[in-house]
Amino acid sequence: MSGGGTASAGVDAATAGNGSGASAREGCALVTGASRGIGAAIALALALEGWPVAVNYRSGHEAAAETVARIDRAGGRALALQADVTDRDQIDDAFDRLEGALGPVLVLVNNAGVRADDLALTMGDGEWARVLDTNLTAAFRLTRRALKAMIRARFGRVINLASVVGPRANAGQSNYAAAKAGLIGMTKTVAAEVARRGVTVNAIAPGLIATDMTADLDGSLLSAVPARRAGTPEEVAACARFLASQEAGYVTGSVLYVDGGLGA
Amino acid sequence: MSTTATEEQVEQVVVEALRSFGAEGAQIDREATFEGLDVDSLDLAELAQIVEERFGVELRGSDVASVKTVGDAITLIAERIS
Repeated sequence: MSGGGTASAGVDAATAGNGSGASAREGCALVTGASRGIGAAIALALALEGWPVAVNYRSGHEAAAETVARIDRAGGRALALQADVTDRDQIDDAFDRLEGALGPVLVLVNNAGVRADDLALTMGDGEWARVLDTNLTAAFRLTRRALKAMIRARFGRVINLASVVGPRANAGQSNYAAAKAGLIGMTKTVAAEVARRGVTVNAIAPGLIATDMTADLDGSLLSAVPARRAGTPEEVAACARFLASQEAGYVTGSVLYVDGGLGA
Repeated sequence: MSTTATEEQVEQVVVEALRSFGAEGAQIDREATFEGLDVDSLDLAELAQIVEERFGVELRGSDVASVKTVGDAITLIAERIS
């Protein structure tokens, strides 16, 4: 996929809040693909819980800066972290910089995702690989990297943004469905591997959520949603906030559907 | 076999790590097996991480797979350091 050219991963904007609400834990949250939509809402929700938050983005510099500014205005602490999650070197570099700036990543939200829809009959290898690389392989690599600090800290929260697509069919999205179903499988197995270190790994499966990513979808999809409305990024973020909390420590390997009943 | 200063340092780090995994201190000696100490693959992966941080040597899963006792691990790590 087209990445960030020659730009190196970096912490390019740091904004500190006043520290009121600071987390009791020495560490931070990293939300991938957080410049807008669901990722931005999750970043804000975690910041309001007291987590210093890294707002990762690939190319949406201005949107990421705006998300950081929103968190700052709300009294939280955040920084924008440019890195293409599909680029191993950029991810390693971003982690190093982030750990230096905000401490170990104790909450990882694998949210970055792309769509490249087509019928399987005509889908190119490129569209298949691009969606798998971003939505599944990158999430695995980020998880593997973040777990190092989490198991040492005897605390960690990995939250993978899956989808109602995967557990259920959606014509034109065989790549996306495969990636999201894979993410759920990965979630369950990694959860079992690290559970006794106080690290939980869960998935959130949103249905139709009103974001830029779904703006081009046919409105008739709504008629299939029992709630008869699209969800909001904030409704997804509320679930992430719960899964990241201390209180959710016994919830692991689970898939939380936020879909207005679509997958029911 | 004489014990080098490096091996002593390694032993200290390994024993400390095993205790943090829940192994009982009194049972930890060079002859003790990881199986007997209830140390599993996740513990060994964490031990490899600790060793890498402390001594700068990387242990792969295949290295650790052949290690059965605490003494084996100490010897392997000390060899890698030297």
